Amino acid sequence: MKFISPWELRKLGVLGMNSRNVDYIGRRNPRRLFPLVDNKLKTKRIAQEHGLNVPELYGVIEIQHEIQDLERILEGLNCFVIKPAQGSGGKGILVVSERNGHAFTKSSGAVLNLRDVKRHTSNILSGLYSLGGRPDVAMIEDMIVFDPVLSHYSYEGVPDIRVIVYRGYPVMAMIRCATHASDGKANLHQGAVGVGLDIETGRSVCAVQNNMRVNRHPDTGYGFEDLQLPHWEQLLLLASGCYEMTGLGYFGADIVLDRYRGPMILELNARPGLAIQIANQVGLAKRLKAIDRLESTSDSAEERVAVVRRLFGHQDTLFRDN
Amino acid sequence: MSSRIQIVLVAGILIAIGLGLTLYKRIELGFPLLPGERQDVWTLESKISFKPKDGPVEISMLMPEPRAGWVLLDEHFASSGFGFSVSQTEDGARQARWTRQSLERPTTLYYKLQTYRAETMGLGPSPVPEIIPPELTDDRRAAMERVVAKLRERSSGPASFTSLLLQQLVNDNLDQDTAFLFASYRAGRLGVIMDVLAFAGIPAQRVKGVFLEDGRRRQQMSTLVEVFDGEGWHLFDPGTAREGLPENFFVWERGERFILDVIGGESSQLEFALVKNTLPVKTVLSLEQEAGDKLMLDFSIYALPVEQQGMFKGLLLIPVGALVVVLLRVLVGIRTSGTFMPILIALAFIQTTLLTGLVIFLLVVGAGLWIRSYLSHLNLLLVARITAVVILVILLMAALSIVSYKLGFNQALTVTYLPTIILSWTVERMSILWEEEGPHEVLIQGGGSLLAAVLAYLAMTLDLVEHLTFNFPELMISLMGVVLLLGKYTGYRLSELYRFRYLRKDWQ
Repeated sequence: MKFISPWELRKLGVLGMNSRNVDYIGRRNPRRLFPLVDNKLKTKRIAQEHGLNVPELYGVIEIQHEIQDLERILEGLNCFVIKPAQGSGGKGILVVSERNGHAFTKSSGAVLNLRDVKRHTSNILSGLYSLGGRPDVAMIEDMIVFDPVLSHYSYEGVPDIRVIVYRGYPVMAMIRCATHASDGKANLHQGAVGVGLDIETGRSVCAVQNNMRVNRHPDTGYGFEDLQLPHWEQLLLLASGCYEMTGLGYFGADIVLDRYRGPMILELNARPGLAIQIANQVGLAKRLKAIDRLESTSDSAEERVAVVRRLFGHQDTLFRDN
Repeated sequence: MSSRIQIVLVAGILIAIGLGLTLYKRIELGFPLLPGERQDVWTLESKISFKPKDGPVEISMLMPEPRAGWVLLDEHFASSGFGFSVSQTEDGARQARWTRQSLERPTTLYYKLQTYRAETMGLGPSPVPEIIPPELTDDRRAAMERVVAKLRERSSGPASFTSLLLQQLVNDNLDQDTAFLFASYRAGRLGVIMDVLAFAGIPAQRVKGVFLEDGRRRQQMSTLVEVFDGEGWHLFDPGTAREGLPENFFVWERGERFILDVIGGESSQLEFALVKNTLPVKTVLSLEQEAGDKLMLDFSIYALPVEQQGMFKGLLLIPVGALVVVLLRVLVGIRTSGTFMPILIALAFIQTTLLTGLVIFLLVVGAGLWIRSYLSHLNLLLVARITAVVILVILLMAALSIVSYKLGFNQALTVTYLPTIILSWTVERMSILWEEEGPHEVLIQGGGSLLAAVLAYLAMTLDLVEHLTFNFPELMISLMGVVLLLGKYTGYRLSELYRFRYLRKDWQ
């Protein structure tokens, strides 16, 4: 078993869990703001108020009785997603990609009828998919058609882009690609691939799976070296804009790229994980401190994005030749 | 002032206060810091309870004398509203007397003493009592004669005679005559034994005292039997038929006198609450000498009633266990299920012993998880599901106790010390974790919790830790300072040195 010395970690500016909790989450994120991001419905509503791009909300089902209205809400919708507002780890998300009358085709190909969809909704309400089994509400929203650029890099799931935003500055980003091993989920600790992204250009700098560097997607075989995210500026602006919206000083924004509507906020996380440092092979603390050293922070997302692109841009890519 | 400086300041003050008080106790009061040579010091709290009748009440109690190497350290009486005096009886024994003109309610009087056994020795000589032959009806006399004759035939002297008699009783294989005697006597077992001995012409007397068992709250007085064989005394425990003074028997009174005498009351009862402190004798001695003039001691744990002292012995260990958990989580980065679940498990391990505790814990949680996985299909509401798990865990505990008892493993009976609700929550949490994150995560968090529990257990059972927490509870203030500092620790965790290992320059 090999270790890295704490001195080397400090030199690399790696952020540890204790420091994250005390120095950043504890100091920058007032507790009262947490419910805003822990509940996707609240996040979506406030994002809409602020004019930030989110997947369109078709309807909300809050109590079992309202499930009768489901048919009315789904009228005329050909593809949609039903998900719990407080679900964790991507559980309980039903993606219907095609519909023929009362036959709903899931993205995996399985066909459900209206009763199946209603039962799924009922399960969401009773808390089957929420942390600790708390009662929940079901959100019905537009299905994301992800950008074709990304289709080579994901297996059975929507790749999402995680941006760490500190005091409004989008300091670090990565894209999480589902793999067969991660069961279509974009969680790094379940075996998804994390690809670090250059903050100036949105180009890949490094890819890791289970903390180990990889060059290609294990299932699709495409090299990550060629990955270049479209709409990069827009994406950074969107992430940065969440700062004014939530008031949180340190959070992770999960963003998806829709083929037609561009970057959209999927959810926010007030306790973002630290694996993004491995995906980027760069310490987060170094960048957070650089932001703290700025003489003044800006109220404009455009200015903030310009600052981080100047400060942290042009990372060397770390893909090995092979 | 920044919060970091504040914390350092507050923590520094707390640590200084704790250490200062400790030093004061060490230097001024002579409490030893290290456990050193230890003695089991017993605190006996005698509770005399009775229902008063009309008219004046007088309670007298024979007080114990130091015998067989037992040393009395401290005596203390609680008797509010009573006239109280200690006097000498005609034969030199000390007697406590409580008096009062009238009394309405049932009352409890307290007499507390501390004692330890400085050296192990016998009871020594004692005047040989006069033998008073029992007065018997004819049929009993005939039975008695046959019993005595049979025992005489098989024994070589008074000691083996007594031993044989008691063995018959203990093994429960009485012949007809003996069984008849025991069935027809009103005076109870001991009365029969004394009468048989008297009838056989063997000088005998009772030895009353208390079997010391740590943590007992309602211990009754026990009686041993002593016989004289012409040269010396032989002591027998009628409960086991063994000869000799049992190790843990505190001798209260030797002879036939009554210990408790209540005039003007009824339903009187004498019970003992017992606590053992394994302490350096020096501590207790200094306590004894200084108690009068040092304020500190009046506010120490020793000033509390015995039952509460026993409670605090356990309570004071909890901060140590908590510190272990904090260290493991903050410095090492071990993940546990439930923040302080490991401490409660560790406390249970203290009762069950480590190995038994671990086995029982794994069995109950394992079986619980298995059955709980069925419950999750039923899609129940949270509270109902938890309740179902609580019932399930209790059933499992009962089943485990019964099965293991039938198989002859008595250790498994200690399963009741495991906290039921905590076990249930562990099952519930692990089960959710299994569904949400997979068995791998269950293994990591469950293993982490158990590791933390074992380490907390090892820390809490250290002699030094037990000594320090009980004798220097003010160290807890220092502990709090340390914990405050740990709460502001922002360095790396040990686990992170592994997690981020691939960031090392030479592996890139």
